[in-house]
Amino acid sequence: MAGILIKNAFVIDPLSGIKGEVMDIAIKNGKIVEEEPPGAEVIDAGGCLTLPGGIDSHSHVCGTKVNFGRYMSPEDMRAGRTARKGVMHVTSGYSVPTTFGNSYRYSTMGYTTILEGAMAPLEARHTHEEFNATPHQDMLANTLFDGNWSIMEAVREKDIARAAAVVAWVLAAAKGFAIKLTNPGGTEAWGWGEDVQSIHDPVPRFGVTPAEIISTMIRANEILNLPHSVHLHCNNLGVPGNYQTTLDTIDLAPDLNSKRQSLYLTHVQFHSYGGSTWRDICSKSEDITRAVNNRPQVVMDMGQIMFGRTTTMTADGPMEFKLYMLHHNKWSNHDVELETGSGIIPVYYGRKSLVNCVMWSIGLELALLTRNPWQCLLSTDSPNGAPFVKYPEIIALLMSRRFRENERRMIDPRTEHFVPLFAIERELDWYEIAVMTRAAQAKALGITCIGKGYMAPGAEADVAIFPIMPDKVDPSVDFQQVMAGFSRTRYTIKRGRVVARDGEVVVEGANSTIWTKAHVPDAYDMSLDPEFQKKFEQYYTVRMSNYPVQDVYLPRGVRIDTEAQL
Amino acid sequence: MKIEDVVCPFCGCLCDDLVVEVEGTRVVNVENGCTLANEKFMGDHRLKAPIRRAGNGWEAVSYDEAIEETAAILLDADRPLLYGWSGTYGEAQSVGVHLAELLGAVIDNTSTVCHGPSIMAIQEVGHPGCTLGQVKNRADVVVYWAANPIEAHPRHMSRYTTFCDGFFVKSAFRERKVVVVDVRETDSSQVADEFVKVNPGGDYAVLSALRAIVRGKRDLIPPSVEGVSREQLFRVADLCMSAKFGAIFFGVGLTMAQGKNKNIRNAIELTEELNRHTKFTISPMRGHWNVYGSNEVFTWITGYPYAVDFARGIAFYNPGETTSVDILRRGECDACLVVASDPGAHFPRACAEHLARIPTVQIDPHVNATTHLSRIQIPVAVTGIDAEGTAYRMDGVPIRTRRLFYGNYPDDLEVLEKIYRIVREARG
Repeated sequence: MAGILIKNAFVIDPLSGIKGEVMDIAIKNGKIVEEEPPGAEVIDAGGCLTLPGGIDSHSHVCGTKVNFGRYMSPEDMRAGRTARKGVMHVTSGYSVPTTFGNSYRYSTMGYTTILEGAMAPLEARHTHEEFNATPHQDMLANTLFDGNWSIMEAVREKDIARAAAVVAWVLAAAKGFAIKLTNPGGTEAWGWGEDVQSIHDPVPRFGVTPAEIISTMIRANEILNLPHSVHLHCNNLGVPGNYQTTLDTIDLAPDLNSKRQSLYLTHVQFHSYGGSTWRDICSKSEDITRAVNNRPQVVMDMGQIMFGRTTTMTADGPMEFKLYMLHHNKWSNHDVELETGSGIIPVYYGRKSLVNCVMWSIGLELALLTRNPWQCLLSTDSPNGAPFVKYPEIIALLMSRRFRENERRMIDPRTEHFVPLFAIERELDWYEIAVMTRAAQAKALGITCIGKGYMAPGAEADVAIFPIMPDKVDPSVDFQQVMAGFSRTRYTIKRGRVVARDGEVVVEGANSTIWTKAHVPDAYDMSLDPEFQKKFEQYYTVRMSNYPVQDVYLPRGVRIDTEAQL
Repeated sequence: MKIEDVVCPFCGCLCDDLVVEVEGTRVVNVENGCTLANEKFMGDHRLKAPIRRAGNGWEAVSYDEAIEETAAILLDADRPLLYGWSGTYGEAQSVGVHLAELLGAVIDNTSTVCHGPSIMAIQEVGHPGCTLGQVKNRADVVVYWAANPIEAHPRHMSRYTTFCDGFFVKSAFRERKVVVVDVRETDSSQVADEFVKVNPGGDYAVLSALRAIVRGKRDLIPPSVEGVSREQLFRVADLCMSAKFGAIFFGVGLTMAQGKNKNIRNAIELTEELNRHTKFTISPMRGHWNVYGSNEVFTWITGYPYAVDFARGIAFYNPGETTSVDILRRGECDACLVVASDPGAHFPRACAEHLARIPTVQIDPHVNATTHLSRIQIPVAVTGIDAEGTAYRMDGVPIRTRRLFYGNYPDDLEVLEKIYRIVREARG
């Protein structure tokens, strides 16, 4: 491969300290290089905005519950279908597209890396199968530990080292990337149709609290030196007044790592509600962002909702049942033995629903009130808040007060009494958007070490060139252009190869799956531990030898090795 | 050589604790397996080499010739149907879907004649389910509705329910109540604490009665509902509502009885209503070991679990129109590729007759009823014995089947990829 030379690119590369300068980028053998390779294909960017490939640090795209979202929703499949064309396979689906649908749509928006937000270890093989059918992005999987019996037992014994050892074994077995806690303790309680109400509410029959699980796992994570921090979906999602639970949770976060946060809070919009009922629900984004602004050890993503139809899906089984009791549409639930749960229901977020308007405002407020863009990442918890194809619209809203004012006229007029959004003047700039959509994700996930999220020599050549001339477009006025520009790259380059052009995918992809192997001393090898083996012999329905995901499921696996301090 | 933790490729239980003894390319002993497993591993009814119909008999053909002719038949067809898939592994199913996409074919799996109605009901109201280990560790009430696990899923009760101790249920046989609902006594009803005998076709009414009781409307219930007394209905409803964790398993007796998908919808809605009182789950007793895998693979590629029609370029799904039985009954399909199933034995006569009229090719290790309708049969390795790949258990848990020895047969994936390459070459 001769390589590529991108000329006249308007580059913003926050991790390399480049805040907008016109320059050339040379690519060879899948990497960014210093010198123009001889015979390189020249791409004239013509002054267009050029960013590192987009990274989504929390999206639901592959695995058991995502596929069940498709399976149960032919109406959603019909809502977004394309025929086979060139190298592109047939796609179906709007809020839960098929794997190729996800991959093509992300690719044409310049995204080259995606983290699947929730993978049950017992069903990890399924997630990896779908990763292999998502060819244009490198994939990572958050691995669920929220209701893991071995973890809760270690927490009860106050044995952080054992918790770390369990994590190391399970991550290696599931070929997972990071620790995910979804409503910690609540998913086990849901095995009995119950839930936990606060971080100090004990988990039935296990006698540990969510706070103890979270604290133990944050420390176990650092013992293992995992690239990412604990990735937390707080308790009490979607409950009016839940901001107090979120603040209590933020208070638990120690500052243990100089390179990144020690706690990642996901879809915080869903966790920033004041009030006590659906009638008096209000925004508590100011309280939440005040807490985050004062704690560099915490990073969050927005979990923005956007108006329209979508599908909610989460490991948080009890929350989905509560939501079903409100919507009475259709409800799926799938509890996973010894590990976690999950639920799915379709929803419609309406401009005429005051509650939905408050939710919509909160997400934007979180981004606008967080001083440091490295601490608040752009996400919709796709598809929970909205499908990821809405990202360009969110970017435009964050960059344009005028656009927000236009929207204000379209939504429930009472909204402004419950939210501070319309008093906020801040408009984000190109640099901040670049941080919130790729650089901060790479830093928060801890994947800069494998060349992700920047474009300095040595980095992976994942590049997105947008049809936007930053020096000619005023985003606060030309928000339609911003939206259109971020919807469709001129070029998406993945590992040194043009994969999408002007909204069409042009090659068959070959992604990698990134996973973490934490090396522990033999004394902490759980495969040799009799108590741990007993879980498989007596309580799981799959034998221990059949549980780990075989290497064949990761034809292009990228393993990040760490040494545990045990 | 003894191999442990072998996965059984027979039914949807996908037991993974078999110990299989192999000598060369032959299984000589199976431990832990049920009689169905033993027959699957030890039986020897394999077709030795590809065959093609010649007059009233058969002639041997080479694999390459059989594959090329199959591709030619598919390329020549206006409305090809690719049917089966439940008896092969996910990676092969995936190539099958892409082949259908390329051909503009209809692709369908055996759900079409078993749990298709369950899928339709789930698409209306959702599915509150769980993995089998949840039931094993927690359930104090288990209901088998129109299912006979002792004969159809022989180890279901001993691995997951009635006879299987769990973490919170230390002595399952004593602590766990079993209800069997069926139109006749069966081996399974013999071990039930409560046997509810329903008139044939009466399931919908009985489910409705139970829903009414759960909703607190006992006074609406007549003395008898489809052969079930009011007292028994009250007893069963009370048992369910007072359970700590209840699990319903339903079989083809409910999906294929009068009412079909409406029966399943009613059962799911009963489960949903029970969740307002306690914890309840519901699960279909899937038949083939990897029928659920075919639903999963079809879904992540096309968006739909079965009956997918690519004729318009996009993926189109409309059960009743794009389902195999309907396409064959209308005489619409002009070539059929059958992979890893036996429609000759399971489809209505009119459909089987149509299969015999058109060029039908079967890819299957064994001689079966479909052989007699086929123009060509290509024998392949048996997944779980001399081929390996991914399977999805009835509850969605994915398990990799094992290859116990290298035999002389190509596997499904190899054959399908060759057909795919020829078709792709021709169609671009």
